[in-house]
Amino acid sequence: MIALAQVAPSRLVYLAPVDIVIITFYFALVLAIGFYLKRRANTGEDFFMAGREMTAWIAGLAFLSANLGALELMGWAGAAYQYGILATHWYWIGAIPAMLFLALVMMPFYYISKTHSVPGYLKLRFGEPARAVSAISFAFMTVLMSGVNMYAMAKVLQIVLGWNIHFSIWVASITVAIYVGLGGLRSAIFNEVLQFILIWAGALLIPILGLVEAGGWSNLQAQIAHNASAEYTHLWSTLGSFNNNPMGINWVGIVFGLCCVISMGYWTTDFLVVQRVLAAKDLRAAKMAPIIGAAFKMMVPFIVILPGLAALAVLKDPNTGALIKLVPEDVATSATGVAQGLHSYNDVLPLMLARYCGPGLLGLGITALIAGFMSGMAGNVTAFSTVWTYDIYRALINKDDSDHHYLNMGRWSTVLGVIVSIGTAYLVMRSASIMDYVQALFSFFIAPLFGTVILGMLWKRATNAGGFLGLLAGTLSSIGMWIWVVSDPSALRYIALSSAAKPMAENMFRALWSWIICVIVTVVVSYATRPKTESELTGLVYGATAIPHEADMPLYQRPIFWAGVVTVVFVILNLLFW
Amino acid sequence: MHEGGISIWFFIGICLVVTGALIFGTGIFELVSPPLHRVELYELHAPIWWGAILFVLGAFYSIHFRPGKSDAAH
Repeated sequence: MIALAQVAPSRLVYLAPVDIVIITFYFALVLAIGFYLKRRANTGEDFFMAGREMTAWIAGLAFLSANLGALELMGWAGAAYQYGILATHWYWIGAIPAMLFLALVMMPFYYISKTHSVPGYLKLRFGEPARAVSAISFAFMTVLMSGVNMYAMAKVLQIVLGWNIHFSIWVASITVAIYVGLGGLRSAIFNEVLQFILIWAGALLIPILGLVEAGGWSNLQAQIAHNASAEYTHLWSTLGSFNNNPMGINWVGIVFGLCCVISMGYWTTDFLVVQRVLAAKDLRAAKMAPIIGAAFKMMVPFIVILPGLAALAVLKDPNTGALIKLVPEDVATSATGVAQGLHSYNDVLPLMLARYCGPGLLGLGITALIAGFMSGMAGNVTAFSTVWTYDIYRALINKDDSDHHYLNMGRWSTVLGVIVSIGTAYLVMRSASIMDYVQALFSFFIAPLFGTVILGMLWKRATNAGGFLGLLAGTLSSIGMWIWVVSDPSALRYIALSSAAKPMAENMFRALWSWIICVIVTVVVSYATRPKTESELTGLVYGATAIPHEADMPLYQRPIFWAGVVTVVFVILNLLFW
Repeated sequence: MHEGGISIWFFIGICLVVTGALIFGTGIFELVSPPLHRVELYELHAPIWWGAILFVLGAFYSIHFRPGKSDAAH
C-alpha cells in the first residue's frame, strides 16, 4: 500500500486499494440511503417536496450543495489560478446578497403561496402561458445541462484517473436513477448534505497544507506577486477599468451584471436550488435556510479559490523543482500540449490533491468530487421530474388523476430524465461544441425570469400579459445578443459598452440588458392592460399578502438578525481582501 | 428529519467513521512502512491526524443521532 499519488503523463493520479474501498463504500452508502428512504416516499408531497419537513440546516446545506458540484469546484479553482482572487466574486458578491434577498424578501411569497415550483408560482401570478414558457424551457434545459455535466465529469475522471468514459457515465447515472427514483427529493437532499460534508472533509486539507508549504498568507501573496502579478490577490482595487485586471471586466459588470441580475436570477428563481428551500418545514426554516447557505457559501473560497492561488506559488515539478505553468484547455489538449505533458487550468485541484494526498486521503478527495458530480445530477433530475409532473404533465396533458398516479409519473420521469441526460452526454461526446451552446442556452432564461418573478412579487400592478410578454421579450433579446456576438465578436464592445471588454464581461452585460428589457416590457404592457384585482393577488404579492410577524421571537431566532450577521462578515471579508 | 426515521446526521457519522478509520489506518501503516514515493509535506503525517479527526467527529454524530434515540435532532 505504498503512495501511488503522483503526477504522470497518462493520468493525473493513481488510486491505491484503500482509495477504491473508500469510493466503493460511498456508492454502497448512497444506495442504502435510497432504499431506506423508499418507504418514506408514499405520496406526491413526499416524493416531490420531501414532505415539506426539512429543518433549516438540512434545507440550507442542500440549497448550497445543489450548486457545489465537482465541475464547479474544479472550474473555479482553475479560474482562481487563471484570474486570481477575482474568482471569489462568484462566491461572495455573486451569491451572498442574492441568498439573503431570497430569504428575507422572496421566500415568504414562495412559501405562503404553497407552490411546488417556480413555474408553479408564475402560474398563480401570471397565468398558464407564463408557466408553460418557464416550465418547458426549464425542463428541457435541465436535462440537457445534466447530460453536459455528466459528460464533463466522465471526461474529468478519464483525465484524472484514467477511467473509461462509458463506465463513469453509466455507473454514476444508474446510481443516481436508483436513489432518486426510490426516495425522491428527500433522497436527493440526504445525499446533498452527505456530499457537502464529504467535500469539506476531502478538500479542506489542500488549502491548509498549501498555506503551510507557502509559509502563510503573506508569503503566499509575495510569491504570487513574483510568479504572476500582485493584482492576483486583490478583490476590488483592480476593477476600476477593464484593462486593470486579468479578467477584463469592470466593477459595473460585477456589481450590476453579476450581483444584481445573474446571481439574483440564479439563486432566487432557478428551481434547482429553490426546490431545496421549498422543502423546509415552516416559513422560519424556509427563511433561515438560504441564510445558513450564505454563511457556508462565504467559506467555500477557502477550499476552492485558495488551492488555485496556492498553486501559483507552490505547484512545482517533483523532479526538477521548477514551477509548473498551467495553460488553457485547448492548449493542453492540443498535440503539442499533450506531447509536452502540459496541464490545463482546470486540472489545478486534482494536481494539488495529488501533491499533498497519498492513499486514503486521495480516495476521500476523489470521492468528494464524484459525490459532487452525482448530487449535482440528482439535483437536476429531481427538479426536472417535479416540473415535468406538476407543471407540464398535470397542467397540460392529464389534469385530473390520483396522487398515486402522479407519484408514479415522478418516478418514471426521474428515469426518463436520466436516460435523456445519458443521451445528451453521448451527443456531446460526438460534438464538444454542443456543450458551449447548452451552457449559453441556460443563461438565456435566468436573467429575464428574475425580472418577471421579482415584479410579480413586489408590484401589484403587473398583469398577466405584462409578465408573459416581458419574459418572452427578455429571453428573445438575450438570445439575440448572443447570436450577435457569436456572428460578430466585435459586437461585444456595444453590449459591454467598452472595446476593452473580454468574453467574461459578455455574460454580465447580456444578462443586465435582457433583465432591463424584460422589466421595461412588463411595465409598459402592464400599464396598457387591465390590472388584477386585490383578491387575485392574495398570498402572491407584497401588499396583498399577510406575512407573519417575527416580533414575538427572541432576537437570536429571527432570520433578519442572522442575515445582518452574515452581511457584516461579508462586508469585512470584502474589505480585508480589497 | 422525521418522527421515528433515521437522521441524515447518523448516515454522515457512519460515513466519517469508516473513512476516518481507513485513512488513519493507512497513515499508521505509512508511518511504520514509509512509502517510496512520498507526497509533499509527508513529514506532517496528515492521514494520521486528519483520519483521527474524521473518526472522532463521525463517532460523535453516529452516537448522538443513533436510531431510536428519542431526543435526536433530525
